[in-house]
Amino acid sequence: MVHKILICDDSVSIRQMLALTLIDAKYNVTESKDGMQALELAKQNNFDLIITDINMPLLDGLSLVGKLRVLPEYRFKPILLLTTETDPEKKKQAKAAGATGWIIKPFDPDKLLAAIRKVLR
Amino acid sequence: MTTIDLTQVRGLFFEESFENLDVMESSLLDLEIETFNEELINNIFRAAHSIKGGAGIFHLDDIVTFAHNAETLLDEVREGKHDINQVLIDLLLRVGDILRIMLTASKDEVEYDTQEMQICQEALKKALIESVENIEEIPTVESESVEESVENFVEDIEQTSKEWHIEFKPELPILKTGNDPINLFRELQELGELEIIANTDAMPDFADLEPQLCYLSWNLVLNTTADRADIEEVFEWIIDECELNITESVLENSEPKVESQEESEPVLEIIEETPEVETSATEEKTTVSEDTTYTEKVTISEDTTEPVHEEDVVNKQLHTQSGTNSIRVGIDKIDNLINIVGELVITQSMLDQIGENFAHSDIIHLRDGLSQLERNTRELQENVMRIRMLPISVSFNRFPRLVHDLSTQLGKKVELILSGEHTELDKTVLEKMSDPLVHLVRNSLDHGIESPEQRKQVGKPEVGQLHLNAFHQSGNIVIQISDDGAGFDVERIRAKAVQKGWITQEEKITEEQLYEFIFQPGFSTSEEVSDLSGRGVGMDVVRRNIRALGGSIEVKSETGKGSKFSIRLPLTLAILDGQLVRVGNDIFVLPLLSIMESLRVQTKLVNSFTGTVEIYKLRDDYIPILRLYKLFDIENTTTKLEQGLLVIAEGDGQKIGLFVDELLSQQQIVIKNLENNYKKVQGVSGATILGDGNVALILDITGLIQLFRNQTKSPPHLPLGTIRYE
Repeated sequence: MVHKILICDDSVSIRQMLALTLIDAKYNVTESKDGMQALELAKQNNFDLIITDINMPLLDGLSLVGKLRVLPEYRFKPILLLTTETDPEKKKQAKAAGATGWIIKPFDPDKLLAAIRKVLR
Repeated sequence: MTTIDLTQVRGLFFEESFENLDVMESSLLDLEIETFNEELINNIFRAAHSIKGGAGIFHLDDIVTFAHNAETLLDEVREGKHDINQVLIDLLLRVGDILRIMLTASKDEVEYDTQEMQICQEALKKALIESVENIEEIPTVESESVEESVENFVEDIEQTSKEWHIEFKPELPILKTGNDPINLFRELQELGELEIIANTDAMPDFADLEPQLCYLSWNLVLNTTADRADIEEVFEWIIDECELNITESVLENSEPKVESQEESEPVLEIIEETPEVETSATEEKTTVSEDTTYTEKVTISEDTTEPVHEEDVVNKQLHTQSGTNSIRVGIDKIDNLINIVGELVITQSMLDQIGENFAHSDIIHLRDGLSQLERNTRELQENVMRIRMLPISVSFNRFPRLVHDLSTQLGKKVELILSGEHTELDKTVLEKMSDPLVHLVRNSLDHGIESPEQRKQVGKPEVGQLHLNAFHQSGNIVIQISDDGAGFDVERIRAKAVQKGWITQEEKITEEQLYEFIFQPGFSTSEEVSDLSGRGVGMDVVRRNIRALGGSIEVKSETGKGSKFSIRLPLTLAILDGQLVRVGNDIFVLPLLSIMESLRVQTKLVNSFTGTVEIYKLRDDYIPILRLYKLFDIENTTTKLEQGLLVIAEGDGQKIGLFVDELLSQQQIVIKNLENNYKKVQGVSGATILGDGNVALILDITGLIQLFRNQTKSPPHLPLGTIRYE
């Protein structure tokens, strides 16, 4: 089964970087540029994993997680946050919002894939 | 290691970063002092944040470090720890400049002057409220730690294997975070040999069982060479949501070599799992590319050639980034095109059907079909043209910064008003207009708007206004630059014109005619050459540039009230309103904009000048006559002036009478480049294909005038149109 991953980042280069890495690893990737778009896409599709940035226009990553978690189909789905913060406070916020885990930017393709393997098999 | 081609992402990263810097700059300029505008501050923060994030991927460590400091400061600003004052805004503007320099240097893979960066870095650190130690701890590029862990791993292999006992008891709602313990165990399995014992003690009775909760806990025994940190990393995301107890006991008699082989087995399994998805890989890629095609906005990268102060190396570097040849087009424009092409196909099949069994009664359908085709074609043309169109805001957006910097430098207070930013014009026109606009804005700030003291004296508000406006008018784009400054000093212009010998002391001329002089080469009323204007790049260049685009510029001024420059430009360079003229059997196209009038020649008004040049007296002007048939060696044509027509055309401020046989229709002409397909011909700017399939040359009036001058050896000292007879 090919896992469907939704990635969400307002930065085109980060998005491309993610997409290239994930496509290369044979995942099915959908991109979105802000939280609102991601939410809409998530409602229309059934993604196996959502990876989202935190700082984004329209709807930030933490709020996106909150909005996804109330949707029945995403109650148990892994959602990873992309963050540049190594600050434990930020991690707590991420967990409080309902995120599964986080990926620290900048990431190395191997680290990214390792993180994904923690939640998708 | 996974290797993917990052070069295209790299290009994208730079493009995006420069856009982010533009956003940062415009947001900073929009910030009002002592006002906390959350949206703007967030924009600025996000820009710095994205640059940092992207730079990390490409291992641009110095940019990461620098952007991180900026981000930290911005984070504090966001939390309201700093006053929004001019010092802060200026510092952050500076940060943007430096980032631009760093990014440009990285993009071109050249060195840059790090001194400026360090000064700015220091200023940033000073501005930070939080302790310096905090800043020093910068998340340097992860690769280092990756390398480290690789090294560790290599070392580890040689180390002895250890047995780890892990007691793991997740909180009940663990599954709701998307974390599944089984994945964690698989992860652990990759570290070594794993024994899993589930503990079901906490399981409630079936009736009380909540299926969404996790009642299990586990005792794990992991046999691995990995260390505690590696194990803890597996539980990183849920460390606060479980009870985790990791204890070690060193294994005796372990054989590391064998261990490491065993270790790799689970990894192999996983690799074997992947091929099954391979078959659908191509399909996947298609879907993905569909998903990725949207582009929200149209942008081009900033033009290069803004004049900068020689001594300001930083500014120079700032603008060395070259304009790219790509264009980002809004998806709506593409969708429109696809729509129209769809309709075109329908029309075509409809016409096909009619053609198959054509009867006379079908002629009405044929006519319908043809008019539909015409509509489709026109729409297609308009929409294709729209692709090249960019909003003028692309060019206007640089001005807030320019005005901010210049007015600070000049000690003037200026409010910049932009309107009509959404007016679209051709990308080439836009790019070429950039310099003239900068020049005009500088002029307004330097010469137009007075100092606050002067303004107060004459009863004007201290803050001067500079208004940039763009709008459509009868198929043209008009850009206006107006200020409420002092207006032109008519007396000084006059004195200068006398000094240059253009007019005599006594000569009476109107103000409009006087303004004409500011467009003459060598004109500058500025007493001293200032830093900003008066360095030889004059209004003559501005006008020449605008004319080269087929546009015109005019000026209005009122002493004490201000001045206004209006630039009129064609919507596009690819299509031209042309007047077809016939000479013998040949047809030529004259740009309609350059034609002033056409008339029947009255022979008594024709004079011969030095025997070779014929001059026509038109009211007060004397206009040289160029017989096109002679120039182009055309036979079988009208040679008697009174039998043909004289088209009075203007090019580069000079008038010429073109003698032709007759005027034909006026129509829109699609310009084809002659140079690419044949070679450059003086006096001809291009060619077009007429409705009947014939090729017609498009005449370039300025070129014709030069050609005419060379042939007749007439001196280029004065505009031809102002030759006077004594």
